[in-house]
Amino acid sequence: MIGGNEVKIWNTLQNGIIAENPVFIQLLGMCPTLAVSTSAINGIGMGLATTAVLLGSNVVISAVKKIIPDKIRIPAFIVIIATFVTIVGLVMKAFVPALDQALGLFIPLIVVNCIILGRAEAFASKNSVIQSLADGIGMGLGFTLALFVLGTIREIIGAGTIFGNLIFEGYQPALIMILPPGAFLLLGLLLALFNWISVKKARGESR
Amino acid sequence: MSVTGLFIILVSGILVNNFVMSKFLGICPFLGVSKQVETAAGMSMAVTFVLTLASIMTYIVQLILVRLGLEYLQTIAFILVIAALVQFVEMVVQKVSPTLYKALGVYLPLITTNCAVLGITIINIQYGYNIIETIVNAIGVAIGFGLAIILFAGIRERLEIADVPSVFKGFPIALITASLMSIAFLGFAGLV
Repeated sequence: MIGGNEVKIWNTLQNGIIAENPVFIQLLGMCPTLAVSTSAINGIGMGLATTAVLLGSNVVISAVKKIIPDKIRIPAFIVIIATFVTIVGLVMKAFVPALDQALGLFIPLIVVNCIILGRAEAFASKNSVIQSLADGIGMGLGFTLALFVLGTIREIIGAGTIFGNLIFEGYQPALIMILPPGAFLLLGLLLALFNWISVKKARGESR
Repeated sequence: MSVTGLFIILVSGILVNNFVMSKFLGICPFLGVSKQVETAAGMSMAVTFVLTLASIMTYIVQLILVRLGLEYLQTIAFILVIAALVQFVEMVVQKVSPTLYKALGVYLPLITTNCAVLGITIINIQYGYNIIETIVNAIGVAIGFGLAIILFAGIRERLEIADVPSVFKGFPIALITASLMSIAFLGFAGLV
């Protein structure tokens, strides 16, 4: 019984990171993904802030799911999410002001990140608190991973640095990658790459 | 505030700081409802309406919050105002144009979670705009959003019949198209 439960929790966790990655597979939360992935550190910061909100909102929503009448559940979810966003925003302002400055507008905008409301509606309002906790961590880390990958690639090509450290001597950075067009371009190419990999895999299996 | 100042805010909202192409706000409907020009136009009309009304309402709400010293409740208060407005718009659209209501589908209630709407209300407060500047900015941004999404929908209709490599079909090619459009919009930087 306990073993079965543990397996289920582990599966939920893994699901969010790879199999149902919110950015690369579900294509949710595009605005922050494209906007703040200008450097690796911004990507991680945004990812972790979103994870914190997702964790809190998933746990609270699954705990109170029976009390909330079905008709007003969406506004109720949004208020719960907004509360956690306010908390995370104030904490970031106090402890990591530089990151808060860099992410700027996109901290309050975590409220309208489709991933969070999506998970509340699709998962937390139907599952137990522990399961929702695992889902929150999994989805959050999946989001962080995606932002980190995008941020690192854009930073390397667009600024020639990684975490702010210069990597190539005499490299002329392609500024376009840290400007808006680079974000669209890179995400498009990455999605095509994933398509290509899954097509290849499917062909390998059918042989 | 002079007329020139207002004009600059308007042009900046439409072209220079286009929400979709250079600020990455409102990407979800931009990618989701841009398969046909008609639905894209409907969506941009709904967004225009919500955006302008939300800007006015949140301006008033902010005055109340400041009076009470509760500025830290900004995010919660604003999102509630927007959610209520969207509910209202949904009822109106359902009544006035059932076809449009069907075409917009799930994206109509999702205007609540359109970051462009919450984004503009916060930006208006951050820039310290007065009520007239707020309205002008909202209209500019809404036109900019409509411009981007309708142009993009036009291109995507052509893409449907284009011979695209199979792994690029759908989202990847759409994103690369958006990238090229975004380069075009970069050309407006420095206009204001």
